[in-house]
Amino acid sequence: MSFTDTKTVFGSLDSYVKGGIEVIDDDRRHYAFSNVFEVASLAKPYEKVVVGKNLRYVIETLRAEGTSDWFTASHDESVIVMDGSVEIDLVKLDDPERIAPAHIEGSIRLEAPPQGRRMGLMKLRRGHQALLPKGAAYRFRSTDGVGVLVLQTIHGPHSVEKWSEICLT
Amino acid sequence: MVGDLSDVRAMEQDFPSTRNESGYQRFRLGDFVFSRDEYFVHIEWRAQGKKLSHTMSADVFLRALMRDVAWNFFYGWVNFDDVFGTRNRYDRVELYAGRYHPVYKEQGLDHSACFDSSFVMQAFRSMLDDWTNVGYDPFAAPAETGLTWQGKKQGHNRAALNRARESCRRMPGLPGDVPLRTDRNRYPINRAFLDVPQDEPVIEAEPGFEHEVHAFNLFAYLSRSDVTWNPSVTSVCKHSLFCPTTEEYILPVKHANDRIEWFLQLSDQIEWRIEDRATGRPRASVVMRAGDVAAMPADIRHQGFSRRRSMLLVWENADPRLPQLYEDGILPPSLAGEFQEPGSVK
Ligand SMILES: [Fe+2]
Repeated sequence: MSFTDTKTVFGSLDSYVKGGIEVIDDDRRHYAFSNVFEVASLAKPYEKVVVGKNLRYVIETLRAEGTSDWFTASHDESVIVMDGSVEIDLVKLDDPERIAPAHIEGSIRLEAPPQGRRMGLMKLRRGHQALLPKGAAYRFRSTDGVGVLVLQTIHGPHSVEKWSEICLT
Repeated sequence: MVGDLSDVRAMEQDFPSTRNESGYQRFRLGDFVFSRDEYFVHIEWRAQGKKLSHTMSADVFLRALMRDVAWNFFYGWVNFDDVFGTRNRYDRVELYAGRYHPVYKEQGLDHSACFDSSFVMQAFRSMLDDWTNVGYDPFAAPAETGLTWQGKKQGHNRAALNRARESCRRMPGLPGDVPLRTDRNRYPINRAFLDVPQDEPVIEAEPGFEHEVHAFNLFAYLSRSDVTWNPSVTSVCKHSLFCPTTEEYILPVKHANDRIEWFLQLSDQIEWRIEDRATGRPRASVVMRAGDVAAMPADIRHQGFSRRRSMLLVWENADPRLPQLYEDGILPPSLAGEFQEPGSVK
Protein backbone atom coordinates (compact mmCIF):
# COMPACT_ATOMS: atom_id res chain seq x y z
CA MET A 1 0.00 0.00 0.00
CA SER A 2 1.53 3.33 -0.88
CA PHE A 3 1.03 6.67 0.76
CA THR A 4 2.54 9.15 -1.68
CA ASP A 5 1.65 12.24 0.32
CA THR A 6 4.91 12.49 2.23
CA LYS A 7 4.92 16.21 2.94
CA THR A 8 4.20 17.19 6.54
CA VAL A 9 2.19 20.41 6.65
CA PHE A 10 3.07 22.78 9.47
CA GLY A 11 1.58 26.23 9.67
CA SER A 12 3.33 29.59 9.71
CA LEU A 13 2.39 33.26 9.74
CA ASP A 14 2.82 33.35 5.97
CA SER A 15 1.07 30.10 5.29
CA TYR A 16 -1.78 28.77 7.32
CA VAL A 17 -5.18 27.53 6.28
CA LYS A 18 -7.71 27.69 9.07
CA GLY A 19 -10.13 24.79 9.46
CA GLY A 20 -13.73 25.28 10.50
CA ILE A 21 -16.88 23.99 12.11
CA GLU A 22 -19.85 22.54 10.25
CA VAL A 23 -22.74 22.90 12.63
CA ILE A 24 -25.38 20.19 12.70
CA ASP A 25 -27.08 21.04 15.98
CA ASP A 26 -24.72 23.21 17.97
CA ASP A 27 -23.23 26.64 18.62
CA ARG A 28 -19.75 27.39 17.24
CA ARG A 29 -18.81 29.25 20.43
CA HIS A 30 -18.80 25.93 22.33
CA TYR A 31 -15.54 25.10 20.55
CA ALA A 32 -13.69 28.43 21.13
CA PHE A 33 -12.05 27.76 17.77
CA SER A 34 -9.11 29.99 16.82
CA ASN A 35 -5.80 29.72 15.01
CA VAL A 36 -2.52 30.65 16.66
CA PHE A 37 -1.04 32.11 13.45
CA GLU A 38 -4.07 34.27 12.85
CA VAL A 39 -4.10 35.39 16.50
CA ALA A 40 -0.38 36.24 16.37
CA SER A 41 -0.75 38.08 13.06
CA LEU A 42 -3.22 40.47 14.72
CA ALA A 43 -1.49 40.81 18.10
CA LYS A 44 0.93 43.32 19.57
CA PRO A 45 4.48 42.04 20.16
CA TYR A 46 4.48 39.58 23.06
CA GLU A 47 0.84 40.27 23.92
CA LYS A 48 -0.24 37.22 25.91
CA VAL A 49 -3.42 36.26 24.08
CA VAL A 50 -5.30 33.39 25.71
CA VAL A 51 -6.33 30.83 23.07
CA GLY A 52 -7.09 27.98 25.48
CA LYS A 53 -8.45 28.10 29.00
CA ASN A 54 -9.25 25.25 31.37
CA LEU A 55 -10.26 26.87 34.64
CA ARG A 56 -7.14 28.77 35.73
CA TYR A 57 -4.81 27.02 33.30
CA VAL A 58 -4.24 28.68 29.94
CA ILE A 59 -2.49 28.37 26.63
CA GLU A 60 -1.34 31.77 25.41
CA THR A 61 -0.21 32.71 21.92
CA LEU A 62 2.56 35.30 21.68
CA ARG A 63 3.69 37.21 18.64
CA ALA A 64 7.49 37.09 18.93
CA GLU A 65 8.80 40.33 17.52
CA GLY A 66 11.94 42.06 18.79
CA THR A 67 12.81 41.47 22.45
CA SER A 68 10.22 40.84 25.15
CA ASP A 69 10.10 42.13 28.70
CA TRP A 70 11.42 39.86 31.46
CA PHE A 71 8.92 37.49 33.04
CA THR A 72 8.96 34.93 35.81
CA ALA A 73 6.50 32.57 37.48
CA SER A 74 6.14 30.67 40.75
CA HIS A 75 5.66 27.46 38.74
CA ASP A 76 7.13 25.83 35.64
CA GLU A 77 5.90 27.13 32.31
CA SER A 78 6.76 25.84 28.86
CA VAL A 79 6.92 27.36 25.41
CA ILE A 80 6.66 25.88 21.91
CA VAL A 81 7.98 27.78 18.91
CA MET A 82 5.31 27.45 16.21
CA ASP A 83 7.05 29.75 13.72
CA GLY A 84 10.29 31.70 13.49
CA SER A 85 13.50 31.52 15.53
CA VAL A 86 13.68 32.66 19.11
CA GLU A 87 16.38 32.97 21.74
CA ILE A 88 15.54 32.72 25.42
CA ASP A 89 17.71 34.26 28.14
CA LEU A 90 17.39 32.73 31.61
CA VAL A 91 18.41 34.25 34.94
CA LYS A 92 18.14 32.50 38.32
CA LEU A 93 16.44 35.12 40.49
CA ASP A 94 18.13 35.84 43.83
CA ASP A 95 14.74 36.46 45.43
CA PRO A 96 12.04 34.91 43.23
CA GLU A 97 9.46 35.02 46.05
CA ARG A 98 9.56 38.79 46.04
CA ILE A 99 8.35 39.01 42.44
CA ALA A 100 6.30 35.82 42.16
CA PRO A 101 5.36 34.40 45.56
CA ALA A 102 4.14 30.80 45.59
CA HIS A 103 0.46 31.74 45.89
CA ILE A 104 0.59 33.99 42.80
CA GLU A 105 0.15 32.10 39.55
CA GLY A 106 0.80 32.99 35.92
CA SER A 107 3.63 34.88 34.28
CA ILE A 108 4.66 38.05 36.13
CA ARG A 109 6.40 40.89 34.32
CA LEU A 110 9.54 42.20 36.01
CA GLU A 111 9.56 45.92 36.65
CA ALA A 112 13.37 46.08 36.57
CA PRO A 113 16.15 43.95 35.05
CA PRO A 114 16.45 40.62 36.87
CA GLN A 115 18.78 40.35 39.85
CA GLY A 116 20.50 37.00 39.89
CA ARG A 117 22.92 34.62 38.21
CA ARG A 118 22.81 34.05 34.50
CA MET A 119 21.55 30.49 33.83
CA GLY A 120 22.09 30.36 30.11
CA LEU A 121 20.72 30.86 26.65
CA MET A 122 18.52 28.65 24.48
CA LYS A 123 18.24 29.03 20.71
CA LEU A 124 14.99 27.61 19.42
CA ARG A 125 13.50 27.07 16.00
CA ARG A 126 10.11 25.91 14.80
CA GLY A 127 8.94 22.79 16.62
CA HIS A 128 11.20 23.22 19.61
CA GLN A 129 9.78 23.25 23.14
CA ALA A 130 11.57 24.81 26.11
CA LEU A 131 11.14 24.63 29.84
CA LEU A 132 10.72 27.97 31.60
CA PRO A 133 11.67 26.77 35.06
CA LYS A 134 9.98 28.20 38.12
CA GLY A 135 11.90 30.91 39.90
CA ALA A 136 13.83 31.86 36.78
CA ALA A 137 13.41 35.10 34.87
CA TYR A 138 13.20 34.73 31.10
CA ARG A 139 12.89 36.90 28.05
CA PHE A 140 12.35 36.09 24.39
CA ARG A 141 14.24 37.55 21.45
CA SER A 142 13.00 36.91 17.95
CA THR A 143 16.03 36.44 15.72
CA ASP A 144 14.39 35.95 12.35
CA GLY A 145 11.61 38.45 11.80
CA VAL A 146 8.28 37.71 13.45
CA GLY A 147 7.69 34.38 15.18
CA VAL A 148 4.81 32.65 16.96
CA LEU A 149 5.02 31.14 20.44
CA VAL A 150 2.60 28.98 22.38
CA LEU A 151 2.94 29.27 26.15
CA GLN A 152 1.71 26.73 28.69
CA THR A 153 0.98 28.62 31.88
CA ILE A 154 -1.68 29.75 34.34
CA HIS A 155 -3.93 32.78 33.96
CA GLY A 156 -2.04 35.79 35.27
CA PRO A 157 -2.21 39.59 35.42
CA HIS A 158 -0.92 40.00 31.85
CA SER A 159 -3.14 37.38 30.20
CA VAL A 160 -5.38 38.93 27.55
CA GLU A 161 -8.77 37.37 26.76
CA LYS A 162 -10.68 38.40 23.66
CA TRP A 163 -12.65 35.33 22.70
CA SER A 164 -15.21 37.13 20.54
CA GLU A 165 -12.43 38.62 18.44
CA ILE A 166 -10.34 35.50 17.90
CA CYS A 167 -12.90 32.69 17.70
CA LEU A 168 -15.28 31.42 15.06
CA THR A 169 -18.81 32.47 15.97
CA MET B 1 2.61 -5.64 31.40
CA VAL B 2 0.37 -8.58 30.75
CA GLY B 3 -1.79 -9.38 33.76
CA ASP B 4 -0.59 -11.61 36.48
CA LEU B 5 -1.28 -15.22 35.55
CA SER B 6 -3.25 -16.07 38.66
CA ASP B 7 -6.07 -13.83 37.46
CA VAL B 8 -6.10 -15.30 33.99
CA ARG B 9 -6.48 -18.72 35.53
CA ALA B 10 -9.29 -17.52 37.75
CA MET B 11 -11.15 -16.48 34.65
CA GLU B 12 -10.43 -19.73 32.88
CA GLN B 13 -12.00 -21.55 35.77
CA ASP B 14 -15.24 -19.68 35.15
CA PHE B 15 -15.37 -21.46 31.82
CA PRO B 16 -13.64 -24.82 32.15
CA SER B 17 -13.26 -25.37 28.38
CA THR B 18 -13.17 -21.79 27.29
CA ARG B 19 -11.24 -21.98 24.06
CA ASN B 20 -13.72 -21.92 21.21
CA GLU B 21 -13.26 -23.54 17.81
CA SER B 22 -11.35 -20.44 16.63
CA GLY B 23 -8.85 -20.96 19.44
CA TYR B 24 -9.68 -17.86 21.45
CA GLN B 25 -10.41 -17.70 25.15
CA ARG B 26 -13.76 -16.45 26.45
CA PHE B 27 -13.93 -13.91 29.27
CA ARG B 28 -16.60 -13.05 31.77
CA LEU B 29 -16.77 -9.88 33.85
CA GLY B 30 -19.90 -9.93 35.97
CA ASP B 31 -22.80 -10.39 33.57
CA PHE B 32 -20.75 -9.42 30.53
CA VAL B 33 -19.36 -12.22 28.39
CA PHE B 34 -16.73 -11.49 25.73
CA SER B 35 -15.68 -13.84 22.95
CA ARG B 36 -13.95 -13.53 19.59
CA ASP B 37 -13.80 -15.53 16.42
CA GLU B 38 -12.02 -15.14 13.08
CA TYR B 39 -13.50 -11.71 12.31
CA PHE B 40 -15.59 -10.54 15.23
CA VAL B 41 -15.81 -9.85 18.92
CA HIS B 42 -19.13 -10.70 20.55
CA ILE B 43 -20.33 -9.03 23.73
CA GLU B 44 -23.28 -10.56 25.58
CA TRP B 45 -25.30 -9.35 28.53
CA ARG B 46 -28.73 -9.84 30.02
CA ALA B 47 -31.47 -7.27 30.46
CA GLN B 48 -35.14 -7.76 31.31
CA GLY B 49 -34.61 -11.52 31.32
CA LYS B 50 -33.40 -11.45 27.73
CA LYS B 51 -30.01 -12.29 26.35
CA LEU B 52 -28.59 -9.41 24.31
CA SER B 53 -25.59 -9.61 22.05
CA HIS B 54 -23.50 -7.09 20.20
CA THR B 55 -20.95 -7.80 17.48
CA MET B 56 -17.94 -5.67 16.52
CA SER B 57 -15.12 -6.16 14.04
CA ALA B 58 -12.22 -7.65 16.04
CA ASP B 59 -9.69 -5.08 14.79
CA VAL B 60 -11.92 -2.19 15.86
CA PHE B 61 -12.45 -3.81 19.25
CA LEU B 62 -8.75 -4.56 19.79
CA ARG B 63 -7.67 -1.06 18.82
CA ALA B 64 -10.19 0.39 21.27
CA LEU B 65 -9.22 -2.09 23.99
CA MET B 66 -5.55 -1.21 23.52
CA ARG B 67 -6.26 2.49 24.10
CA ASP B 68 -8.48 1.83 27.10
CA VAL B 69 -5.68 -0.20 28.71
CA ALA B 70 -2.86 2.16 27.73
CA TRP B 71 -4.76 5.22 28.92
CA ASN B 72 -5.75 3.55 32.19
CA PHE B 73 -9.42 4.16 31.19
CA PHE B 74 -8.61 7.81 30.44
CA TYR B 75 -10.84 10.72 31.44
CA GLY B 76 -14.54 9.95 31.35
CA TRP B 77 -16.02 7.59 28.80
CA VAL B 78 -14.23 5.42 26.25
CA ASN B 79 -16.90 4.28 23.79
CA PHE B 80 -15.69 1.31 21.77
CA ASP B 81 -18.62 2.06 19.47
CA ASP B 82 -22.21 3.32 19.85
CA VAL B 83 -23.11 0.45 22.20
CA PHE B 84 -20.20 -0.77 24.33
CA GLY B 85 -17.71 1.17 26.41
CA THR B 86 -16.17 2.02 29.76
CA ARG B 87 -16.54 4.92 32.13
CA ASN B 88 -13.68 5.81 34.42
CA ARG B 89 -14.82 6.38 37.97
CA TYR B 90 -11.21 6.66 39.12
CA ASP B 91 -10.56 3.53 41.25
CA ARG B 92 -13.66 1.84 39.82
CA VAL B 93 -14.58 1.35 36.17
CA GLU B 94 -18.08 1.04 34.79
CA LEU B 95 -18.65 -1.27 31.82
CA TYR B 96 -21.78 -0.54 29.85
CA ALA B 97 -23.72 -1.79 26.87
CA GLY B 98 -26.50 0.31 25.35
CA ARG B 99 -26.40 2.74 28.24
CA TYR B 100 -25.69 5.72 25.97
CA HIS B 101 -27.65 4.46 22.98
CA PRO B 102 -31.13 6.02 22.91
CA VAL B 103 -32.93 2.89 21.68
CA TYR B 104 -31.38 0.34 24.03
CA LYS B 105 -31.90 2.80 26.84
CA GLU B 106 -35.54 3.48 25.90
CA GLN B 107 -36.29 -0.23 25.65
CA GLY B 108 -34.61 -0.94 28.99
CA LEU B 109 -32.17 -3.29 27.30
CA ASP B 110 -29.02 -1.53 28.45
CA HIS B 111 -26.75 -2.91 31.13
CA SER B 112 -23.89 -1.51 33.17
CA ALA B 113 -21.81 -2.72 36.06
CA CYS B 114 -18.97 -1.28 38.14
CA PHE B 115 -15.76 -3.13 38.96
CA ASP B 116 -12.48 -2.36 40.65
CA SER B 117 -10.22 -0.72 38.10
CA SER B 118 -7.43 -3.19 38.78
CA PHE B 119 -9.74 -6.13 38.04
CA VAL B 120 -10.91 -4.68 34.72
CA MET B 121 -7.33 -3.79 33.82
CA GLN B 122 -6.21 -7.34 34.53
CA ALA B 123 -9.06 -8.81 32.51
CA PHE B 124 -8.62 -6.41 29.58
CA ARG B 125 -4.90 -7.12 29.47
CA SER B 126 -5.56 -10.84 29.41
CA MET B 127 -8.11 -10.34 26.63
CA LEU B 128 -5.66 -8.24 24.59
CA ASP B 129 -2.95 -10.80 25.15
CA ASP B 130 -5.08 -13.72 24.05
CA TRP B 131 -6.88 -12.06 21.16
CA THR B 132 -3.93 -10.30 19.50
CA ASN B 133 -2.28 -12.54 16.93
CA VAL B 134 1.39 -12.52 16.04
CA GLY B 135 2.18 -9.58 13.76
CA TYR B 136 -0.80 -7.45 14.74
CA ASP B 137 -0.12 -4.13 16.45
CA PRO B 138 -3.32 -2.43 17.64
CA PHE B 139 -1.39 0.85 18.18
CA ALA B 140 -0.21 1.04 14.57
CA ALA B 141 -1.97 2.59 11.62
CA PRO B 142 -3.79 -0.09 9.59
CA ALA B 143 -1.37 0.35 6.69
CA GLU B 144 1.51 -0.46 9.04
CA THR B 145 0.15 -3.64 10.56
CA GLY B 146 -1.94 -5.33 7.91
CA LEU B 147 -4.61 -7.95 8.36
CA THR B 148 -3.00 -10.31 10.85
CA TRP B 149 -5.79 -9.54 13.31
CA GLN B 150 -7.99 -11.86 11.23
CA GLY B 151 -8.32 -15.61 11.43
CA LYS B 152 -7.91 -18.29 14.02
CA LYS B 153 -5.73 -17.74 17.04
CA GLN B 154 -2.09 -17.61 16.10
CA GLY B 155 0.58 -16.68 18.64
CA HIS B 156 0.98 -13.38 20.50
CA ASN B 157 2.41 -9.91 20.02
CA ARG B 158 3.37 -9.02 23.56
CA ALA B 159 6.11 -6.57 22.54
CA ALA B 160 3.50 -4.38 20.83
CA LEU B 161 1.03 -4.56 23.70
CA ASN B 162 3.48 -3.83 26.47
CA ARG B 163 4.75 -0.42 25.42
CA ALA B 164 4.83 1.89 28.40
CA ARG B 165 3.02 5.19 28.07
CA GLU B 166 5.60 7.95 28.08
CA SER B 167 4.74 10.42 30.79
CA CYS B 168 7.42 12.92 31.65
CA ARG B 169 7.75 14.40 35.11
CA ARG B 170 8.89 17.76 33.81
CA MET B 171 10.09 17.43 30.21
CA PRO B 172 11.60 14.65 28.07
CA GLY B 173 15.38 14.71 27.92
CA LEU B 174 15.96 16.19 31.38
CA PRO B 175 18.25 14.11 33.60
CA GLY B 176 16.18 11.37 35.27
CA ASP B 177 13.15 12.10 33.09
CA VAL B 178 11.87 10.15 30.04
CA PRO B 179 14.56 9.97 27.34
CA LEU B 180 14.34 11.64 23.95
CA ARG B 181 13.53 9.33 21.04
CA THR B 182 16.43 8.34 18.79
CA ASP B 183 17.37 5.64 16.28
CA ARG B 184 19.49 4.11 19.01
CA ASN B 185 16.64 3.56 21.46
CA ARG B 186 14.59 2.15 18.58
CA TYR B 187 12.44 5.12 17.70
CA PRO B 188 13.12 5.56 13.99
CA ILE B 189 11.43 8.44 12.17
CA ASN B 190 8.01 7.34 11.02
CA ARG B 191 7.51 6.88 7.28
CA ALA B 192 5.10 9.85 7.21
CA PHE B 193 7.51 12.28 8.89
CA LEU B 194 10.78 11.72 7.02
CA ASP B 195 10.78 15.43 6.08
CA VAL B 196 10.54 16.70 9.69
CA PRO B 197 13.78 18.54 10.70
CA GLN B 198 15.66 16.70 13.42
CA ASP B 199 17.89 19.54 14.69
CA GLU B 200 17.93 19.95 18.47
CA PRO B 201 17.86 23.41 20.07
CA VAL B 202 21.19 25.02 20.92
CA ILE B 203 21.53 25.13 24.71
CA GLU B 204 24.22 27.20 26.35
CA ALA B 205 23.85 26.49 30.06
CA GLU B 206 26.10 28.13 32.62
CA PRO B 207 27.88 25.68 34.93
CA GLY B 208 25.49 24.39 37.57
CA PHE B 209 22.35 25.06 35.53
CA GLU B 210 22.61 22.18 33.03
CA HIS B 211 19.71 20.34 34.66
CA GLU B 212 17.32 23.29 34.33
CA VAL B 213 18.21 25.06 31.09
CA HIS B 214 16.41 22.66 28.83
CA ALA B 215 14.63 22.47 25.51
CA PHE B 216 14.05 19.75 22.93
CA ASN B 217 12.71 19.31 19.42
CA LEU B 218 9.06 18.41 20.03
CA PHE B 219 8.25 17.93 16.34
CA ALA B 220 11.22 15.57 15.96
CA TYR B 221 10.14 13.71 19.11
CA LEU B 222 6.67 13.26 17.62
CA SER B 223 8.05 12.26 14.21
CA ARG B 224 9.52 9.24 16.00
CA SER B 225 6.33 8.18 17.75
CA ASP B 226 5.65 4.52 16.96
CA VAL B 227 1.98 4.62 17.98
CA THR B 228 -1.18 6.37 16.85
CA TRP B 229 -3.86 7.95 19.02
CA ASN B 230 -1.85 7.51 22.21
CA PRO B 231 -0.92 10.79 23.93
CA SER B 232 2.32 11.06 25.87
CA VAL B 233 3.02 13.87 28.33
CA THR B 234 5.80 16.32 27.36
CA SER B 235 5.31 19.20 29.79
CA VAL B 236 3.63 19.81 33.10
CA CYS B 237 2.37 22.97 34.78
CA LYS B 238 0.68 21.79 37.99
CA HIS B 239 -2.47 19.98 36.69
CA SER B 240 -1.99 21.29 33.14
CA LEU B 241 -0.57 18.54 30.93
CA PHE B 242 0.58 18.91 27.33
CA CYS B 243 -0.13 15.50 25.80
CA PRO B 244 1.00 15.51 22.16
CA THR B 245 0.35 12.50 19.98
CA THR B 246 0.48 11.37 16.37
CA GLU B 247 -2.75 10.41 14.65
CA GLU B 248 -3.48 8.40 11.53
CA TYR B 249 -6.70 6.85 10.20
CA ILE B 250 -9.52 6.79 12.79
CA LEU B 251 -9.45 7.30 16.55
CA PRO B 252 -10.46 3.79 17.60
CA VAL B 253 -12.86 5.04 20.26
CA LYS B 254 -15.42 7.75 20.68
CA HIS B 255 -14.04 9.58 23.64
CA ALA B 256 -16.59 11.33 25.84
CA ASN B 257 -15.21 13.94 28.18
CA ASP B 258 -15.93 14.32 31.87
CA ARG B 259 -14.28 17.76 31.59
CA ILE B 260 -13.33 20.17 28.83
CA GLU B 261 -10.24 19.14 26.90
CA TRP B 262 -8.40 21.15 24.28
CA PHE B 263 -6.70 20.41 20.98
CA LEU B 264 -3.91 22.32 19.27
CA GLN B 265 -3.32 20.90 15.81
CA LEU B 266 0.44 20.96 15.23
CA SER B 267 0.55 19.57 11.69
CA ASP B 268 -1.73 18.50 8.88
CA GLN B 269 -5.43 17.96 9.46
CA ILE B 270 -7.91 16.05 11.59
CA GLU B 271 -11.66 16.02 11.17
CA TRP B 272 -13.62 15.52 14.38
CA ARG B 273 -17.11 14.08 14.45
CA ILE B 274 -18.86 15.51 17.48
CA GLU B 275 -21.91 13.87 19.01
CA ASP B 276 -23.98 14.38 22.11
CA ARG B 277 -22.37 12.51 24.98
CA ALA B 278 -25.50 10.78 26.27
CA THR B 279 -27.37 10.02 23.05
CA GLY B 280 -24.85 10.04 20.23
CA ARG B 281 -26.93 12.62 18.32
CA PRO B 282 -24.69 14.46 15.83
CA ARG B 283 -23.76 17.99 16.89
CA ALA B 284 -20.97 19.22 14.64
CA SER B 285 -18.06 18.37 12.42
CA VAL B 286 -14.87 20.21 13.32
CA VAL B 287 -11.98 20.38 10.86
CA MET B 288 -8.66 21.34 12.46
CA ARG B 289 -5.58 22.33 10.47
CA ALA B 290 -2.07 23.28 11.60
CA GLY B 291 -2.27 26.08 14.16
CA ASP B 292 -5.95 25.64 14.94
CA VAL B 293 -6.98 25.49 18.60
CA ALA B 294 -10.36 24.20 19.78
CA ALA B 295 -12.07 23.17 22.97
CA MET B 296 -13.94 19.90 23.20
CA PRO B 297 -16.91 20.61 25.48
CA ALA B 298 -17.58 18.51 28.58
CA ASP B 299 -20.89 17.16 27.23
CA ILE B 300 -19.85 15.59 23.94
CA ARG B 301 -18.24 12.48 22.51
CA HIS B 302 -15.78 12.84 19.69
CA GLN B 303 -13.99 10.72 17.13
CA GLY B 304 -11.11 11.93 14.94
CA PHE B 305 -10.25 11.11 11.34
CA SER B 306 -6.73 11.81 10.09
CA ARG B 307 -6.11 11.26 6.38
CA ARG B 308 -2.35 11.19 6.81
CA ARG B 309 -0.31 10.93 10.00
CA SER B 310 -0.61 14.23 11.83
CA MET B 311 0.68 15.80 15.03
CA LEU B 312 -1.89 16.83 17.60
CA LEU B 313 -1.32 18.42 20.99
CA VAL B 314 -4.01 17.27 23.40
CA TRP B 315 -4.20 19.55 26.41
CA GLU B 316 -5.67 18.15 29.61
CA ASN B 317 -6.49 19.54 33.02
CA ALA B 318 -5.83 16.58 35.31
CA ASP B 319 -7.43 18.17 38.39
CA PRO B 320 -9.22 15.20 40.02
CA ARG B 321 -12.07 17.42 41.27
CA LEU B 322 -13.29 18.27 37.77
CA PRO B 323 -15.64 15.36 36.95
CA GLN B 324 -17.75 16.09 40.04
CA LEU B 325 -17.81 19.84 39.38
CA TYR B 326 -19.13 19.27 35.85
CA GLU B 327 -21.53 16.56 36.99
CA ASP B 328 -22.98 18.89 39.62
CA GLY B 329 -23.40 21.66 37.05
CA ILE B 330 -21.02 23.94 38.95
CA LEU B 331 -18.85 24.30 35.85
CA PRO B 332 -20.42 25.02 32.44
CA PRO B 333 -19.70 22.40 29.75
CA SER B 334 -18.15 24.92 27.35
CA LEU B 335 -16.57 28.37 27.12
CA ALA B 336 -19.54 29.95 25.34
CA GLY B 337 -20.13 32.14 28.41
CA GLU B 338 -16.72 33.77 27.93
CA PHE B 339 -17.77 35.46 24.72
CA GLN B 340 -18.48 39.13 25.14
CA GLU B 341 -20.04 41.60 22.79
CA PRO B 342 -17.30 43.16 20.64
CA GLY B 343 -15.77 46.19 22.33
CA SER B 344 -16.73 45.26 25.87
CA VAL B 345 -13.94 45.08 28.40
CA LYS B 346 -13.33 41.91 30.32
FE1 LIG C 1 -10.75 13.19 23.81
